Amino acid sequence: MEHAVDITLTVNGTTVSRRVEARQHLVDFLRDELGLTGSHVGCEHGVCGACTVRVEGAIVRGCLMLAVQANGCRVETVEGLSDTRELARLQKAFHERNALQCGFCTPGMLLAAQDLILSSTKPSREEIRQHISGNYCRCTGYQAIVDAIEEVTRG
Amino acid sequence: MGKAELPLHAPGTKTDRGYIGQSVPRPNAARLLQGRGAFVDDLRFPRLSHVVFFRSPYAHARIKQLEFKKARIAKGVIGVFSGREISEFCTPWVAVLGHLKGIKSPPQYAVAIDRACWQGEAVAAVVAETRAQAEDAAALIEADWEELPAVTDMEASLQGTEVIHKELGDNICFARRHDTGGVDEAFAQADAVVEETYGFGRHTGVCLEGRSILADYNAAEHSLTVYHSTQAPHMMQDIFSRHLGIPEASVRVIAKDVGGSYGIKVHVYPDEMATAALSVMLRRPVKFVADRLESFLTDIHAREHKVRIRIAVKKSGEILAFDLDDLTAIGPYSVYPRTSGIEGNQVVNLTGGPYKHQKYRGKLNVVFTNKNVTCQYRAVGHPIAVALTEGIVDKAAAALKMDPAEFRRRNLIPDDAYPYTFPSGVKFEQLSHHKCLDLLLEKMNYRKMREEQIQLRKKNIYRGIGLAAMIEVTNPSPAFYGVGGARISAQDGATLRLEPTGMVTVLCSVTEQGQGTEAVLAQIAASAVGVSLEKIRVITGDTGVTPYGGGTWASRGAGIGGEAVLQAGRALLSNILEIASRILSVEKETLALESDFIVNKLTRERKMPLEELGRVAYFRPDTLPMNFQSELTVTRHYTPREYGFTFTNGIQASYVEVDTDTGFVKLLKHWCVEDSGTVINPMLVDEQLRGGVAQGIGAALFEECLYSPEGQMLNGNMADYLVPMAGEMPDIVCAHIETPTRQSQLGAKGVGEAGTAGAPGAVMNAINDALSPFQASVTTMPFTPERILKALGKCP
Repeated sequence: MEHAVDITLTVNGTTVSRRVEARQHLVDFLRDELGLTGSHVGCEHGVCGACTVRVEGAIVRGCLMLAVQANGCRVETVEGLSDTRELARLQKAFHERNALQCGFCTPGMLLAAQDLILSSTKPSREEIRQHISGNYCRCTGYQAIVDAIEEVTRG
Repeated sequence: MGKAELPLHAPGTKTDRGYIGQSVPRPNAARLLQGRGAFVDDLRFPRLSHVVFFRSPYAHARIKQLEFKKARIAKGVIGVFSGREISEFCTPWVAVLGHLKGIKSPPQYAVAIDRACWQGEAVAAVVAETRAQAEDAAALIEADWEELPAVTDMEASLQGTEVIHKELGDNICFARRHDTGGVDEAFAQADAVVEETYGFGRHTGVCLEGRSILADYNAAEHSLTVYHSTQAPHMMQDIFSRHLGIPEASVRVIAKDVGGSYGIKVHVYPDEMATAALSVMLRRPVKFVADRLESFLTDIHAREHKVRIRIAVKKSGEILAFDLDDLTAIGPYSVYPRTSGIEGNQVVNLTGGPYKHQKYRGKLNVVFTNKNVTCQYRAVGHPIAVALTEGIVDKAAAALKMDPAEFRRRNLIPDDAYPYTFPSGVKFEQLSHHKCLDLLLEKMNYRKMREEQIQLRKKNIYRGIGLAAMIEVTNPSPAFYGVGGARISAQDGATLRLEPTGMVTVLCSVTEQGQGTEAVLAQIAASAVGVSLEKIRVITGDTGVTPYGGGTWASRGAGIGGEAVLQAGRALLSNILEIASRILSVEKETLALESDFIVNKLTRERKMPLEELGRVAYFRPDTLPMNFQSELTVTRHYTPREYGFTFTNGIQASYVEVDTDTGFVKLLKHWCVEDSGTVINPMLVDEQLRGGVAQGIGAALFEECLYSPEGQMLNGNMADYLVPMAGEMPDIVCAHIETPTRQSQLGAKGVGEAGTAGAPGAVMNAINDALSPFQASVTTMPFTPERILKALGKCP
């Protein structure tokens, strides 16, 4: 493998080591090497937000970060945050309000929403809209997503 | 019919509606929320190979030579193939329909041979062990091109100085003339004649999941299993079978989770056909996932139209006639198998649709160009027809100095005039334009908004209110495609099976792409049989297991698939009660099934849990009478026949503020009142409307596939092609009138098109209303700040 690099990182609480191509994106690493297919590839140029994952507590675009850059990092995906139930309230609100249709944007949307919930108390609808405005959803028109996030932030 | 047989809201009956009309959350959404969906690219197969296509950089060019030497020896490469090699395994197609008289298109190959006709057309395929390796190798293909003149302007195409396909004689794919007669006389009698030319930007669906296909050929069986992000598995089964030469029943198409479709994924794409052919050629699974740049260049585009429309009105406000001249460009090929003539045809069918005028003339020319192909995208033709109609109606109202809502009230077809034949020839069973208009004006507090608008203008705040009444095609009969010779099923089927534990498995040929199809089918099944919702499991999207059918498009899932489930559910209930009567030794007519229990129909006394009936029927049939055989799996089908389409109707309103210094439009609020017949799940219906409105707003304000005069797409990425994001979208108020169709017992009409159909016209009218103090208006979508400033004379 040309330009291969050994990396070790913690993904959803489990330490993994792999030899990866230097050019491999983090989202491709998660999907192809680890089988964590919940993070989706939508545009591969950092616009749509479908590949949003959490690295060292901050949300990042999995298509704009290389796997080697995550060496030594703590990475969390929708699968892990579902299993720890960190996303449970959001997922319940999304489900009850049908804040997803095809579901392709949903993992990224949930991570962006959770980022807001962790960083802000009682954001306005406008602030919610701004915070998720880097996550593209073609199905819903966003209103139900805003409603669901608002519901969770209102406790 | 007895009460137990009528748990549903059918016209003219008073019944318990069961789960019909309840906003239950979608059972199948849970896996998507936890990242446990199964989209095509999530599947893992042994010996899976990946195909990448080498695409034409030119809009029109002859392929003089393709040199594969370097690509073939690149790391991980399994094979590199030309169009000619692939054509030996996949026959070409011609997309025409018998009922679109005169429509023509040349044969199209899976991978182009000799000539590329648009930028992005695949001319070679590289298969490798990984996608990255295939992309590396594709970059090593050397191509020698001879550029040919590119026809990119539709008016130039119509003139035909350069003919794209010489063998066709001209660039006209399809033309239609419709005339009721008396149009010129009507215009001569008019008190006012208003005319306008509207332009519509070519745009596309931008499904977040790119087109995806994984074809797995089994050489031992000569069988093909295709995991496909598609709306129409059976249609694709037929097409793979015929073009690859594999017996139909040996082709299985499976659509697991589909990441957005909106009509984009109901067509035959040459690169997807090539992927299937390559699996046969290489005797191993091959996967193709369109990346975002490929999606912009090759997913069908839609709605590039330029239309002149005239309206003749009396002083009283009465519309006498519409006169339409539509020119649309579809790229170099009519798209298989639906053709690219349908969108323009719909514009002719639907323009003027809500109104009671009797004279109508429509002219349509559909021309070839050297841009990406266009075909049916959500609300096919409707956004054009509605915007034209509603734009010119507003202009006529202004010419008569009449309030636009009042002008519509005077012209909308009366609610008691049905059944009604519209001058374009389409027939309406029962619409509710006036009820919808009244409800809309009440919901938005129209009068108060008008007063507020006047006050704000004094403060140099320019707000506009735009209305758009609409009709929408839903539940198409065989008249849409089948009569034209397309092997596209207008009927759908449902199989219901009682499981021994009292659960019910539903297998249905309509498909789920996020609309909530499976949830709605579960609600209908639970209501029809009399079991609780959690006892239902729904399976769709697999030609190997479901009955045959058309899939989900044209707002047909609930109306057609749902009716099949209802009929099957009633039949299953009857069979269950038959068994219950044998077990309990009572007359069948005295029994009913409620909430998973066999009950006495009159007293509601619980006689037996359904689970016990299942146990007896499956494991102890020896205890049943000797000549009795239980039948706990039933299948029923449904085809709408009486009308060509089950039309729905509705009306939208947009409220905007235009910044007359920057040209920016702020969407303040949006309303949609829709009559989609029986509402099965109000929450899902509202979300269909909202999502549809968002796509219509995209067309009105942001979205356009921009091409250079040479046919190069200029904004084929998500940074440059703008789509509505959360920050731009307003809250959308939805409300409903329910006029169930009498064609089916379920009464559902469909709701997928409505939002997209009406939103562009409503937003256009709102912007022009805001601009009216300046005697300015915009007529070419998308309404960018630049176009608005130009209209205001503030920008050259």
